[in-house]
Amino acid sequence: MLERTIAGTNVHFDGQGFMTDYAEWSPAIAEELARELQIELGATHWQIVNFAREDFSSTGKSPGLRRIAVQTKVPMKQIYQLFPKGPGKLVARIAGVPKPKSCL
Amino acid sequence: MKKLVILGAGTAGTIVANAIVGKLPADWSVTVVDPDESHLYQPGLLFLPFGARDERKMTRPRKRTLSKKVEWLETAVRHLDPATRTVQLESGDSIVYDILVIASGSHIRPDLTEGMPAQEPHKHDIFDFYSLEGAQRLRDKLAELERGRLVLNVVEMPIKCPVAPLEFLFLADAFFKRQGVREAVEIIYATPLDAAFTKPIAAQRLGYLLEEKGIEVVTEFSTGEVDVGARQLVSWDERRLDYDVLVTIPTHTGAPFVEQSGIGDELGFIPTDPHTLQAKEMPNVFVIGDATDLPSSKAGSVAHFQAEGLIDNILRMVAGEPAEPEFDGHANCFVETGNGKAMLIDFNYEVEPLPGRYPLAGLGPFKLLGESRTNHWGKLSFRWMYWNALLPARPLPVSARMSMAGKQTNATA
Repeated sequence: MLERTIAGTNVHFDGQGFMTDYAEWSPAIAEELARELQIELGATHWQIVNFAREDFSSTGKSPGLRRIAVQTKVPMKQIYQLFPKGPGKLVARIAGVPKPKSCL
Repeated sequence: MKKLVILGAGTAGTIVANAIVGKLPADWSVTVVDPDESHLYQPGLLFLPFGARDERKMTRPRKRTLSKKVEWLETAVRHLDPATRTVQLESGDSIVYDILVIASGSHIRPDLTEGMPAQEPHKHDIFDFYSLEGAQRLRDKLAELERGRLVLNVVEMPIKCPVAPLEFLFLADAFFKRQGVREAVEIIYATPLDAAFTKPIAAQRLGYLLEEKGIEVVTEFSTGEVDVGARQLVSWDERRLDYDVLVTIPTHTGAPFVEQSGIGDELGFIPTDPHTLQAKEMPNVFVIGDATDLPSSKAGSVAHFQAEGLIDNILRMVAGEPAEPEFDGHANCFVETGNGKAMLIDFNYEVEPLPGRYPLAGLGPFKLLGESRTNHWGKLSFRWMYWNALLPARPLPVSARMSMAGKQTNATA
């Protein structure tokens, strides 16, 4: 478990850079994490990040890309442009939810 | 007479029907709806591409797998209306239930990938091993394959038996070595996830397997299209991957009636309480096995472990008592690693696969998160257990809830 101060808050991460405490997240932290990933968050980024948080809180798992695309109505190609190289992982990093994973 | 109706007689539906029929009060009947005349032992599909020819032992007439006290309607479900508790059937009839169990599984949907040939994909060297016909066609292909690039891709998660792609890769490596062509056959794994092993302890302990076997892994490859003319997979971020033989694990969805009835998520999986297994938005309805939207694995062992708590909760509902949160996400899977060895993994919602022994601490006989021959024999002998103990709902020596006994809790990544 790693700990860093971001936007004035102590934030806990796992070994791969994903936040481990959903409650520690704030929009300011998301802005900062996105900047570290060279992403400037615009309105559509926020729509996706907010959906990922709401969905995790109601279903207990991070949404897959098809679910994000269908529910936010942002086309898959655009999701890849907004979060280049691996949107599933990048959305999870910024939204403070676990990365999409398998059982092993 | 009150009616318990079960939609689907795969692993989950069959276990529930056979286990509950003797436990309900005398004024209850149990009806199962399933259109297929035979029951397929799906774990056997994995071995067919590599020369196994035991299809005969992989199917049984459905009639023989269901208790005589269970009524079986051999038809598909057309529509479910939870407001009137009515199930409309393809046969034209409809049934009204008092309690419903949805056990309609998950189904491969190659048609959801752009460019995928609708007819005879094998003529374009595209195969699957999630259907009997697909696995048989792939067996014919691999038997004659002497060189080229074999690509296995997972289009998107979730899939049935999430360890199956890894098992396929390991068995393919061993098979081509036996055939004497391994040097000339490249094996490539294209996964939408960020690694072949996504859990930290498994990744650290098992990463060697792919490296040792010379299997190339292409990560974060979400397939957007198959370009049949160019023999390439195209990802959403426009990377292209050449193949000579494509083994694809297509998108999975729930049963068609789920979408038609508007009761599922975007993939047709049904929002379900993770612990009581009640449908979140439909009263008097339970969901089990692959049909749920739960983060637990889509695997037979999960259906088995869910069944116990689900049956308890149905009996509670019949008695007018509230449901209890019994299911803990427990799954338990043998993972073939090739050359007569296998691993065993045992985990739940909270605990990732850990090394150790199972089911008895220190004794095993099975080894967790490590290879052994005993594990492989365990996997092969499971078919007998499946037909003779699991489906008839006879007691098995494993508990529905995951146990920490035998697990190395100090293992770290």
